[in-house]
Amino acid sequence: MDLDALILSRLQFAFTIAFHIIFPSFTIGLASFLAVLEGLWLATGRETFKRLYLFWVKIFAISFGMGVVSGVVLSYEIGANWSHFAAVAAPVIGPLLAFEVLTAFFLEASFLGVMLFGWKKVGRGLHFASTALVAYGTLVSAFWIVSANSWMQHPTGFTTLADGTLRATSWMAVIFSPTFPERLAHMTLAAYLTTALVVGAASAWRLLKGAEAESSIALRMAIGMFALVAPAQLLVGDAAGKRLEEVQPAKLAAIEAFWETRTEQAFHIVAWPDRAIAGNRWEISIPKLGSWITAGRADAELKGLKAFPPGDRPPVFIVFWAFRVMVGLGVAMIGLGFWGVWLILRGGPERSRLFLRAAVAMGPAGFVAVVSGWIVAEVGRQPWVITGVLRTADAVSPVTAGQVSASLLGFMVVYGVIFSAGVIYILRLIAAGPSLEDEPPRDTGRPPGSALGALDAEGHGGQS
Amino acid sequence: MSLDLPLIWAGIIAIAVLLYVLLDGFDLGIGILFPFATPRERDVMMESVAPIWDGNETWLVLGGGGMFAAFPFAYAALMPALYGPILMMLLALILRGVAFEFRHHGRTRGKPFWTAAFAGGSIAATLAQGLALGGFIQGVTLKDSVFAGGPLDWLTPYSALVAVGLVAGYALLGATWIVWRTEGELQAKARRWGWIAIGATAVLLAAVSLATLLLHPRVAVRWGFAGGVFDLARLLPLTPIPLAGLAGLLLAAFGLRRNHHVTPFLGAYLVFFSGYIGLAVGFFPNIVPYAMSYRQAANADNALALMLVGVAILLPAILGYTVWVYWLFRGKVGGDAGYH
Repeated sequence: MDLDALILSRLQFAFTIAFHIIFPSFTIGLASFLAVLEGLWLATGRETFKRLYLFWVKIFAISFGMGVVSGVVLSYEIGANWSHFAAVAAPVIGPLLAFEVLTAFFLEASFLGVMLFGWKKVGRGLHFASTALVAYGTLVSAFWIVSANSWMQHPTGFTTLADGTLRATSWMAVIFSPTFPERLAHMTLAAYLTTALVVGAASAWRLLKGAEAESSIALRMAIGMFALVAPAQLLVGDAAGKRLEEVQPAKLAAIEAFWETRTEQAFHIVAWPDRAIAGNRWEISIPKLGSWITAGRADAELKGLKAFPPGDRPPVFIVFWAFRVMVGLGVAMIGLGFWGVWLILRGGPERSRLFLRAAVAMGPAGFVAVVSGWIVAEVGRQPWVITGVLRTADAVSPVTAGQVSASLLGFMVVYGVIFSAGVIYILRLIAAGPSLEDEPPRDTGRPPGSALGALDAEGHGGQS
Repeated sequence: MSLDLPLIWAGIIAIAVLLYVLLDGFDLGIGILFPFATPRERDVMMESVAPIWDGNETWLVLGGGGMFAAFPFAYAALMPALYGPILMMLLALILRGVAFEFRHHGRTRGKPFWTAAFAGGSIAATLAQGLALGGFIQGVTLKDSVFAGGPLDWLTPYSALVAVGLVAGYALLGATWIVWRTEGELQAKARRWGWIAIGATAVLLAAVSLATLLLHPRVAVRWGFAGGVFDLARLLPLTPIPLAGLAGLLLAAFGLRRNHHVTPFLGAYLVFFSGYIGLAVGFFPNIVPYAMSYRQAANADNALALMLVGVAILLPAILGYTVWVYWLFRGKVGGDAGYH
């Protein structure tokens, strides 16, 4: 096996999946937000909710499209770059990925068309049902992919046959592996938070430019989400972390930069862990807190990385720091939520420019936290691709470094272009805002067939 | 009674791939024809597929994901073997996929860029699929079920010929789709494109068929062609396949000549259907020509059984709502119809 092809394949997979995960983590929440907005519009008849729906559905269309095209890549990359993994894992998690396509992808793709272009073609109830089905599809997709990933983190419900191949012995144990419930909750809440942060930032930015009823409502909805979901996320994350002690102790040791196995582990606030010296070059720590946070009592014995052979230890520095970035941002989200609620009770967040600026600054925080959390989960699993079953180094395809360099370069260029363009177009939409007055008259050459074209048809009649 | 699960799954994957080709074929074809249309016509052409392209492309994900889940050993052998064209296809599909939305948001420089990305991406994705298909027909070198060939095995004059042929075929699907779904000047233009595409498809299909018989004896022998002579006993039962392709071309031409709206599209579908069956005759039961049969490649029976239960429930539902969405967006686009 070509060592450079392995490293390049890892880089390419990390790059393409980190790029991809940005979009589902935004669109899962946004689809639900849109379903809520449309439901509120139908229930109350208030035009504000409709205008908010029509505004955010444009941003949804852009983000969802980028999520779809970057997701198609992954279903082929598994075979192209990780063919040995594919052959080993398929008997167990093959059905999970097949079910993701069958239960989620077709549903999302088909009803997205109705959601974006069916505004004048179906009744209000059916349109709302389409939005709700797309939102449901995004959650079902998360269910299957987190299920497959959880199995790779801590595989259960399978046996290894004499010839070395795997067989599922209990599908329930495969689908609902021990880490799955917390990880699904963690991912779903992360998606909702990410969306709330973007909605909050866009609304706050609009309010910094001037009063706007739609943005005031959206900002309040976002604050409600921060205040409810961010603390809930802390609890779910803590539960997921505590589970690691039983199922992935090496990952836990890397997250906390524990080297020695001992009771009364210190909590390292910051540190410079280094695998070369099998220790931390420096650290700022609180004694005993590490054991207390993880196990609930200071005299709990927790494994350190030295309990594992050097070849079985995950990279420590990146896991340790990615975890701290994620948790630090999570705490900031909780703070933003409580601050916002306090301002709402005191007469309105619109009046505090400081809060509005903070909400704008926190707009990308969800994406950063999601990617950091993904790094903790995936890098923390190394050197395994399926913990205890298959090492990443043994999973790679018989491809050459030259091939993978070429495709990696291709991805960097193409993703660079579409990401820049997508961000610019979304920022332009936010700058234009949800108010109807801001929409250009429809004879300025906006083509039919766009989501906008379909939406503009509303109020102009002419449906034949 | 026990079901022959690998055989059933071979059928399911074959149908998924066929549906992908038939459905995404015409929207890729629209991208191939983009350079020949005016800016206003491009908007209408894109409008005719905008609500459905995403569902069409999902069949490609089912093809890939389903292959992983049902025939993992074939998936693990073919993807590295066809690494170049597969990755090229993915990159091209990204560019053309985002263009559906981005074209409407681009302004002075953005819009022409995404128009070019849609056309270029559609053409490149089609060429890549053709190169992958050509590489597949040529056969894949395996050792102990693992790909053991070179990184550019798929790149030959033969696979290039298949790739160009596929561009002509998708252009035919795209042109006949536009004839069906538009009216007026654009429809008249699409008829002219259709005529050119019929001619190109006929010539290239014949060339690919001939090249396959001459260059790939393992396929040729299935058609009763060995040592320069045809064995009529083997060939005759198969003649309905090429005859159906010929009938499809004639039907498309007849439809264009009589100014029919749907007939040309149906003719184009018949051409693709016959080509697909013709291919299958060449390598079935191999799933990795000519080294691995679908049985050798099949996943564990309990995995196939579980998924079959899922497919039995979900596939009818998927087909049902897919048909409903197509029905919802039926009729002509452009002019005063649709979203104006």
